[in-house]
Amino acid sequence: MEKNNFTIAEYQAFLNEGKLVGSRCLNCGTVSLPLKPICSNCQQSNMELIQMSGKGKLAAYSLIAIGPKMMIEEGFDKQHPYCSGIVELDEGIRIPARIIGLDVGKSVSESVGTRCELEFLQKDNKPDVLAFKIVPNS
Amino acid sequence: MIRKKLNREVAIVGSGISKYGPAGDGITTRDLFVEAYHDALKSVEEGLDPKQIEALYIGNATSDLFEHQMHIGPIMTNWSGLIPRPAIRIEDACASSGVAFREAVLSIASGVYDIVLAAGTEKMTNLPTSEVTEVLAYALDGVSEFPPGFTFPGVYAAMCTAHMAKWGTTIEDLMRVAIKSHNNAALNPKAHFNISIKDIMKNRREKAAKEGKVIPSWGDELDFLQDSAQNPVVAWPLRLFDCSTICDGASCVLLAAAEIARNFTDNPLYVIGTGQASDYPLHGRADLASIAATKYAASQAYEMAGVKPKDIKIAEVHDCFTIAEIVAMEDLGFFKPGEAVKAINERITERNGLLPINTGGGLKAKGHPVGATGTGQIFEIWEQMTGKAGPRQVVNKNIDFGLAQNVGAHGATVVVHIFEKR
Repeated sequence: MEKNNFTIAEYQAFLNEGKLVGSRCLNCGTVSLPLKPICSNCQQSNMELIQMSGKGKLAAYSLIAIGPKMMIEEGFDKQHPYCSGIVELDEGIRIPARIIGLDVGKSVSESVGTRCELEFLQKDNKPDVLAFKIVPNS
Repeated sequence: MIRKKLNREVAIVGSGISKYGPAGDGITTRDLFVEAYHDALKSVEEGLDPKQIEALYIGNATSDLFEHQMHIGPIMTNWSGLIPRPAIRIEDACASSGVAFREAVLSIASGVYDIVLAAGTEKMTNLPTSEVTEVLAYALDGVSEFPPGFTFPGVYAAMCTAHMAKWGTTIEDLMRVAIKSHNNAALNPKAHFNISIKDIMKNRREKAAKEGKVIPSWGDELDFLQDSAQNPVVAWPLRLFDCSTICDGASCVLLAAAEIARNFTDNPLYVIGTGQASDYPLHGRADLASIAATKYAASQAYEMAGVKPKDIKIAEVHDCFTIAEIVAMEDLGFFKPGEAVKAINERITERNGLLPINTGGGLKAKGHPVGATGTGQIFEIWEQMTGKAGPRQVVNKNIDFGLAQNVGAHGATVVVHIFEKR
């Protein structure tokens, strides 16, 4: 992928195209997600873009009953909680995302480690939201 | 590396706190601050002329959003009658006043000032719970964490699932933290919830009887906390009684250079270690079941103080959620990773245990007026270590070393202080 300025606007533009994009330091190889302009490991500003595979496993999660305004507007409430989680990608790096299709009847130890795949939630007139869908029977 | 030390010693000579809890319509951060400030001045045994205060460090998370008032540093200076002294308002989310305290300590250690005030004040209850939830979530990472719906309880709930998956921590373990916090808060008249869970159960049974409803048949506190009508889910696995309170409050600490501290009191409490650290959002950390910034901040403070975790006799830790107390107990080195729960079950952290934690009731029951919490924790340590804690005074007479840990949001900021009674 070509070089850019590693801004959040560019990160969101990639999300809107259905791509999850991080940055890789050309000096030491450290990967950051979301993309970042400066390496956390060696502090160099020599980055390239790296598109993530979109495959991973659930590392942590919550079923949120009391959400912020945008979630209430989507119809979520105490009776209808939504799931937010942290996904560990096969590349070994993690990202927070909405989680779709989690079996809430399962225990924490059963759910953590469940396979999931990149999915996007399109919202009217708003930036797309990063989501991962649980792979059934994984 | 050369051991970092303060250039000169600093001591607490007085401290005060407002009543925590909903303060009522029209009450502002400045009103709360004045209540805590008066309490602090009154606490100085030999008296302190306010004119001697040279600067104010004010912690506040977001009066901007809670009461549409920014630039509150000079307002607190004005309301304490101390114009034209400089005031610095510090925002580090829930660690705002812990960091304000640290900056106040460093200002004295630098030699610039001899006497300063560190404080925190927050008025949260102007907004309904849904809007407070929204405002607190702004302290998370706005690019990665807020868009997928993470809230402040939600991100700690995620940390909790990681801790459960890694160490087998259970819902009941979390509940035992809340039971302890309420038992301590029941002895603290300044606490938001100045009541034990047993007494909450008793009140609710009596209410049901009065209203002619079926009287609930809970057995013990765990049984009550399992009742989802009484203890609804906020962000599963965290329920209402796992969460700190939304409340109003202020707290103040008066600091002086150690060489003049005894002009004000025979019992100065020395600040012998300070440490602070930053971290990534939760997903960027090596271990989701730990707050690494606590480890970094604590290691700086322990090294400066020349003490080890086993030397600490009393601690205030940042239990914004019950799981946060468990994680803090491990990250501060009091217990090995995965073993804090065992200590809770063995009652080691109760008021009369070997290592009392959150003797004032913690953020859970004493309350969490976010920007006031850090100096409020230090107030509790100061009262305990100077023997002023009244009915909730710990039994151990030899509490020579104490520690306070204050966390901003999900641990993106952590500040740790260590205190010594000589």
